Amino acid sequence: MSRIQNTFAALRESGRKALIPFLTAGDPTAEFTVPCMHAMVAAGADIIELGIPFSDPMADGPVIQRASERALAHKMSLRKTLALVEAFRRTDTVTPVVLMGYLNPIESLGYRTFVERAREVGVDGALTVDLPPEESGELLPLMLEAGLDPIFLLAPNSGPERVQEMSDLGRGYLYYVSLKGVTGASNLDLDDVERRIRAIKEISSLPVGVGFGVKNAEMAGTIARFADAVVVGSALVSQIEAFQDSPDQAQAQIVDILRAMREAMDASAARDA
Amino acid sequence: MTLIKDSGRVSGPYNLPDERGHFGPYGGIFVAETLMEPLTELRAAYERYRTDPDFIAELDHDLKHYVGRPSPVYHAARLSREVGGAQIYLKREDLNHTGAHKVNNTVGQALLARRMNKPRIIAETGAGQHGVATATVAARLGLKCIVYMGAVDVERQSLNVYRMKLLGAEVVPVESGSRTLKDALNEALRDWVTHVDDTFYIIGTVAGPHPYPAMVRDFQSVIGREAKQQMRELTGRLPDALVACVGGGSNAIGLFHPFIDDGEVAMYGVEAAGDGIETGRHSAPLSAGRPGVLHGNRTYLMEDEDGEIIETHSISAGLDYPGVGPEHAWLKDSGRATYVGITDAQAMEGFHTLTLTEGIIPALESSHAVAYAIQLAATMRPDQQILVNLSGRGDKDINTIATREGIRL
Ligand SMILES: Cc1ncc(COP(=O)(O)O)c(C=O)c1O
Repeated sequence: MSRIQNTFAALRESGRKALIPFLTAGDPTAEFTVPCMHAMVAAGADIIELGIPFSDPMADGPVIQRASERALAHKMSLRKTLALVEAFRRTDTVTPVVLMGYLNPIESLGYRTFVERAREVGVDGALTVDLPPEESGELLPLMLEAGLDPIFLLAPNSGPERVQEMSDLGRGYLYYVSLKGVTGASNLDLDDVERRIRAIKEISSLPVGVGFGVKNAEMAGTIARFADAVVVGSALVSQIEAFQDSPDQAQAQIVDILRAMREAMDASAARDA
Repeated sequence: MTLIKDSGRVSGPYNLPDERGHFGPYGGIFVAETLMEPLTELRAAYERYRTDPDFIAELDHDLKHYVGRPSPVYHAARLSREVGGAQIYLKREDLNHTGAHKVNNTVGQALLARRMNKPRIIAETGAGQHGVATATVAARLGLKCIVYMGAVDVERQSLNVYRMKLLGAEVVPVESGSRTLKDALNEALRDWVTHVDDTFYIIGTVAGPHPYPAMVRDFQSVIGREAKQQMRELTGRLPDALVACVGGGSNAIGLFHPFIDDGEVAMYGVEAAGDGIETGRHSAPLSAGRPGVLHGNRTYLMEDEDGEIIETHSISAGLDYPGVGPEHAWLKDSGRATYVGITDAQAMEGFHTLTLTEGIIPALESSHAVAYAIQLAATMRPDQQILVNLSGRGDKDINTIATREGIRL
């Protein structure tokens, strides 16, 4: 079983849902990332999505765009992102790490080098925003062979056939993009999200996470009632932006937000049980 | 590979892209999931209307009566004599309404938008020519129009910004990344993802995800179809060589495409070599880049060793783009077309030469093609012919040129 499967199995056992924070590697500095990942785990994170900075993050809103810009300003890269995962793994061999980013840095490194290196350093999965299943014929088999879980995005306008296709091709979990828009948008309709998640779960047996626009503990608690995982990105990254000059403060804010989300999610799970 | 490289001829009639938008390894659809459905919808609509007699009739009517087509082919006899080599002919896209080839495409896509009942139009623009051409057709059809433009370009192309506003468009300065054309494209894609239900995205060049590279090419191919017939009428045969500047590549592919199966016609795409390819300050991905994925397709890109897109440089804002249409990537690899570079300084020289010998003031983009045609003509015989795509007129560039030459207007 993969680390991601193990994580979801253990959560199911204890009747809880996965909390998945996102941060961009190297934002605001390379030194910030690994300690922050550990702090996230201590605050209740089950899986970590680590963003690979890219010069042209066309699916991201301003908050995560600027995170990429801050990281690129000091030459963070895919290679260095992999080195950060390697450092994280020295003391945490349990928490799954999923890389999230755009295809070009991966193409530039080379698909084979990427999957080999990712496996070596202990990456568990990868979510490539601009690589739909149609174009993934070359990368996907290499990932599966290396035991890297391909995580696919589903959108509000993905029809049932596409859900089926992603479910067949994907591993680990499916990531439902909760709205038509970019990361960090603010017009979430949770009733609609719930209907969609239930429809996806009719088709797929993979765990389903919800992300894009999860802002606070209350929303996380609501989503945990019907989804298997809650992904939170911009709400955390905006703290890094606000406290760029005091990394300890940024980390403390992130920990507070995650603790509150954890609590709300566990409370709503307990209520349903 | 289905192309025979050394002869430069396609085996069998050229019919790319395939149904998924691939030109060999290039092109395709590399977008976030939310855009898959609108792209499918667009593909279906385009497939339906491209052969629909009413659509074609309306498009032809608008190209004739609104754009002013066919644009003439002009024998630049004095320029040719000065150069002393091949005869240079100009396809006068600069005489179109709005002053460039861009309008051929916006007229077509706007008709499609109306048939798809999309009341809101978005576009990206660099120099502002595509933005103006989009705002123009939106005004005519009564569609709401939002144009994304890098903040740096808003600054240096203020005349076109004002033109767009006069035409009723909203111009949104883009502050992210390098604040130029590529960032405007990112922002337009973000807008589209957020408003997929009521919005039509009019991309201005042969880039983006399938079907854009094929669709924009088809709308621009009117250039090559007319030129083929006009050259036959004027000279009794096809030209020996075609020359066009390449930013994203729409005016070049528009000229080249109808000639791809005519193996005796050489094709030259001219990229912006900026300060010189060797300086790294240029916009010449085909000459000095490598394949990668950006803005929805795989093509040659200007990127660093980590796969991050790097800043480009050209005196001409319309060529200042780190990618290039995927079909050009394929034509390069197959050997069917040749891609060369012209520096800022050489383009300026071409600009002045054409202006003084023929009384035609070309756009800075087109000046790159003119400059290369002059070099090429000098190596050919007087009984040979070169057809240059004069993609636009130079009025928009007068300030840039004056400033560069130290003149205050
Ligand atoms: C006159 C003119 N020519 C050429 C270009 C470059 O675009 P493309 O390579 O798509 O023809 C532009 C773009 O703004 C332009 O305005």
